[in-house]
Amino acid sequence: MNALEIRNLNKYFGALHVSRNISLSVPEGQCHALIGPNGAGKTTLIHQISGVLHADSGEVVLAGQDITTRKTWQRAQAGLGRTFQLTSVLPSFSVLENVALAVQARSGSSFRFFRPAAQEKDLNEAAIETLERLNMADRAHVPADDLSHGERRLLELAIALAGAPGFLLLDEPMAGLGRVESAMLIDILADLRRSIPMLLVEHDMDAIFQLADTVSVLVDGQIVAQGAPEDVRNDPAAKAAYLGDTGQ
Amino acid sequence: MIRVDRSFLLMALIFALLLAAPFVLPLVGQTYLLSLLIKAMLLAIAAISLDLLIGQGGMISLGHAAFVAIGAYTAAIGLESGIENILVLLLLALLVSGLFALITGALALRTSGVYFLMITLAFGQMTYFTLTSLAPYGGDDGLTLWSMATLFGSDVVQSGGHLYLVVLLTLLLVWWGVHRLGESRFGRVLRAARDNPERTEIIGFSVFRYRLTAYVIAGMIAAVSGLLTMQHAEFVSPALAAWQRSGDLLVVVVLGGLGTRSGALLGAFFLVIVEEVLGSFIHEWRLIYGPLLVLLALHAKGGLSHLLLPVTAPARTDAPRTSEDHAS
Repeated sequence: MNALEIRNLNKYFGALHVSRNISLSVPEGQCHALIGPNGAGKTTLIHQISGVLHADSGEVVLAGQDITTRKTWQRAQAGLGRTFQLTSVLPSFSVLENVALAVQARSGSSFRFFRPAAQEKDLNEAAIETLERLNMADRAHVPADDLSHGERRLLELAIALAGAPGFLLLDEPMAGLGRVESAMLIDILADLRRSIPMLLVEHDMDAIFQLADTVSVLVDGQIVAQGAPEDVRNDPAAKAAYLGDTGQ
Repeated sequence: MIRVDRSFLLMALIFALLLAAPFVLPLVGQTYLLSLLIKAMLLAIAAISLDLLIGQGGMISLGHAAFVAIGAYTAAIGLESGIENILVLLLLALLVSGLFALITGALALRTSGVYFLMITLAFGQMTYFTLTSLAPYGGDDGLTLWSMATLFGSDVVQSGGHLYLVVLLTLLLVWWGVHRLGESRFGRVLRAARDNPERTEIIGFSVFRYRLTAYVIAGMIAAVSGLLTMQHAEFVSPALAAWQRSGDLLVVVVLGGLGTRSGALLGAFFLVIVEEVLGSFIHEWRLIYGPLLVLLALHAKGGLSHLLLPVTAPARTDAPRTSEDHAS
């Protein structure tokens, strides 16, 4: 059984066909990278998998469960974790509270009205544990708003991990990171990918060659090439897609 | 941490003064002021519930007075039908307001921002006009009540008894309950949804369900304020549901300081006292009140609560920042 399977996904924005019959599957323990020029529809695809957008036709199957018609929060409850291309954390919460909130989502009901959440040991311990995995436990009590860009990206990953996801959607996690930070994040993801299968949207080719088991090239909403990173690198369709793309 | 202690100290001081008032004021011949304080406390209860919506939940409602009116009218109609026990009336008021909040909230929460404001205003106006058409209960003119609710036959919950203390106790419970709610798991999700609803959904929470629950709780608290308002005024009228009342509540909450522990309470006392003091000087007190609000809005950002308890800037951490700090 595949960890994630997408079958014949189609999405239109008015007359614009932004996802054209997209199919891909990610087996357990693998990292599938999605590359393509800007505007190819990568984030639109991620949105359809996480439920921010709904596909017009096709299916999204997570660990054997059809989640195509589920709402975003139900998909998260089903084990889908996600980070955003533009960093999205809770700015007025401390780093710890950001992560503790995600722990809360998978440990018992949150319709609890009386006991102060900040004093729940289980939540805080699990949150600190997650932060330690990302080497940012010492920043636990800093307001998220005060973090550097790189730290915020890590926090976003921490929030996703704290939900104990069975699958991770990572939308350009390296965007805007410096060399050192990128290298660190690649190491972290390399450790994670065998335990948590992931779909990685990324421009950073270093990252892709170090992390991805399979690469799909998305151009104009269509997958034009798919295969091992080495094969895709030499694929004429993939080359054509990137020729003239100034980004990378 | 110091700020927490100070805001609690301020609240303890206010509650101590309120507790002392009924014993001290009669000694100096100012019994009238007690009625004024009851008015302020009733306003504060409704305002605290609105602050749960706005301050914690980011739901700016302009129809909150409808719940006060629904609480008052449910109790008044119950009284007219021969139910005298205030606990039964309370239960009825909670049921009716809760149900109304559940239905209107489920519709209103399909929108957000200014549309949410408009739709709550519409539900408020619907309530107002429904009440004016209740001919058996006074219609436009409202309804004067000749017998008031009792607590198992005791008049302790009436103006002749210890209504003041009952209102004070209710205020204390509501304030404490809402404060605890804000810190609970539920409150945390509610605040997260206010800051970043998309992220909160992706984490795995149905923002709609949490907001709707908060909306129902806030409506029920406002109805309690309505029940006690009826008990104090011995009169109900559709004016309770007028949109101006909802506007007053909004002013109280914003003026006091959104989402602060003491804001709604300070705002309510400020409004009632200013109205009384200015009103005793000149008839056209609103001529002064208006510019006063403008001044406060301009100069007391964060509300009265921040004016009294200025927040010291949170300790900055000295970690080096990357050059991409403000890149996105």
